[in-house]
Amino acid sequence: MSKNYNYAFLDEGSKREIRRATLKAVAIPGYQVPFGSRELPIGRGWGTGGIQLTLSLIGPGDVLKVIDQGSDESVNAVNIKKFVGLCTDIETTTETPEATLIQSRHRIPEIPLKNGQILIFQVPLPEPLRIVEAREEVTKKMHAEKDYAPLWLQLYESLIRYKKVTLASEYPCLVEGRYMMNPSPIPRFDNPKLHKAECLYLFGAGREKKIYAVPPYTDVVSLAFDDVPFEIESFGGKHCRLCGSTDTYLDEVFDQQSGKRFHQCSDTSYCRKLSSQKAQNRE
Amino acid sequence: MYLNETPVLSIRDLTVRYGKGCSACSGRADNRDKNRCIACGTVWATDGISLDVYPGEVLGIVGESGSGKTTLMRALYFDFVPSFGSAVLRDYEDGQKNIWEASSAAQRMIKNTVMGMVYQNPVLGLRMNYSAASNIAEKIIAAGSRNAGQMTGRAMELLDAVEISTSRMSEAPKNFSGGMQQRVQISKALANNPALLLLDEVTTGLDLSVQAKVLDLIRKIKALYGISILLVSHDLAVIRMLADRTIVMLDGAIIESGLTDQILEDPQQAYTQQLVHSLI
Ligand SMILES: Nc1ncnc2c1ncn2[C@@H]1O[C@H](COP(=O)(O)OP(=O)(O)O)[C@@H](O)[C@H]1O
Ligand SMILES: [Mg+2]
Ligand SMILES: [Zn+2]
Ligand SMILES: [Zn+2]
Repeated sequence: MSKNYNYAFLDEGSKREIRRATLKAVAIPGYQVPFGSRELPIGRGWGTGGIQLTLSLIGPGDVLKVIDQGSDESVNAVNIKKFVGLCTDIETTTETPEATLIQSRHRIPEIPLKNGQILIFQVPLPEPLRIVEAREEVTKKMHAEKDYAPLWLQLYESLIRYKKVTLASEYPCLVEGRYMMNPSPIPRFDNPKLHKAECLYLFGAGREKKIYAVPPYTDVVSLAFDDVPFEIESFGGKHCRLCGSTDTYLDEVFDQQSGKRFHQCSDTSYCRKLSSQKAQNRE
Repeated sequence: MYLNETPVLSIRDLTVRYGKGCSACSGRADNRDKNRCIACGTVWATDGISLDVYPGEVLGIVGESGSGKTTLMRALYFDFVPSFGSAVLRDYEDGQKNIWEASSAAQRMIKNTVMGMVYQNPVLGLRMNYSAASNIAEKIIAAGSRNAGQMTGRAMELLDAVEISTSRMSEAPKNFSGGMQQRVQISKALANNPALLLLDEVTTGLDLSVQAKVLDLIRKIKALYGISILLVSHDLAVIRMLADRTIVMLDGAIIESGLTDQILEDPQQAYTQQLVHSLI
């Protein structure tokens, strides 16, 4: 641990302020709490909201996992882990069940998270109503009055025009029957994992200076008409080329050598574990 | 014929002024150039308007441009807060509560279920880039429905009623003609079976033949749904065709009112006489 910085880089006052905003966010599930986003040695838009949450929460005994689009090995994830490692004394892991804190961009791990674990999302655009209303003062009022009709209208319009729901990721969901929330750019596949989960989900938007939360056992319902059920992505019977899974979120990969397209788990840690288990069973 | 009936809408003393007013113009109509105070420049867009709309009737409001007709309609539809006055609706809080003091959530509910509005300028009443069906669905969603099939069914029914082919329901009104846009506005306004329809110069600016069709449609809708209509026009010919009773406005005030036939046959005020004579 470098002695040139305060523990977890941020000064204690800043960390306390972020934790205070976080507590408020936990107390009002789905509500976007403003906070004084700090400068970090990383450009805004590169996950600074998530990193600030991580830094404000992390302490001795914590085990950190960082994933980017499901991968523990991406440059971004590795760099964030390095940075947090430099200014704390905590251990890092790639194993989902071992982590106390997981910082993530665009995915929720395949292994269900447990009570005591915190998943921290890096959020680019926190406002779920931005797609229908550009003005912040208006979206604030819409939340205050629980006026989500324009979002429903958007959904209806896509059904009328394209005969299907065209929203792919950032699929809005209603939290605890009160606030409409942007779950950050996770695939729809992950939306159901937010509902009545055991873990705490925190969302940090550094550039937009907002923190919001889904506490354990909260109702999180994806926007859908009564007669047109919400649907997750379907992989049409495809399976992971590495571990054979058919029930995980699959990325399409292009193999340069063979020129073929394959599918494989986006959650690399889960995939590796399952593959090695299978190999063991075969021995 | 109206004595025993509860009005659908009652307005009392509606005043909308632009400017602070002064001792020379407040509470009195002299010292003004038309609706504008000579001393302080305040515009009294409407000044002390009171009226009742009864179930199933068409109440016409006629008056020259600038007489305050649109101001009255837009105040009713909560586009702004009036300076003074009250209005009650039979279908809101049993007519016991001034709608201009209702919470914004209650006002939204009123706009979506108790009243329907058709603006002179369709841009104000329609989402031009959303499909015609979505324009109708917007109202149904606002009233609380979360059933897409039901919305589409209702949109088809209403587009049919205003004589727009349902094959065009997924098209955006920006691609429609002026007359069609007004008909989409009417269908949207009717989406939740409101008790009161507000029509502000619906036919102004349309070709004569298109005007006649829209007026015919309004007559049909009145017969079909038994809805009360507040019909505003600068054109007495339009009022004559549709209104049961008529109010004449001038410079923000009501100068004459009565059965439409009576006003046409025996206008009392000089201004009304002029209007009637210009008809022939
Ligand atoms: N925002 C405003 N500021 C000042 N005067 C206004 C404003 N809006 C309307 N007026 C004035 O109010 C009067 C009534 O306008 P309006 O209700 O549009 O009349 P009408 O619909 O009968 O033509 C006009 O003199 C108009 O110039
Ligand atoms: Mg007008
Ligand atoms: Zn796999
Ligand atoms: Zn004055």
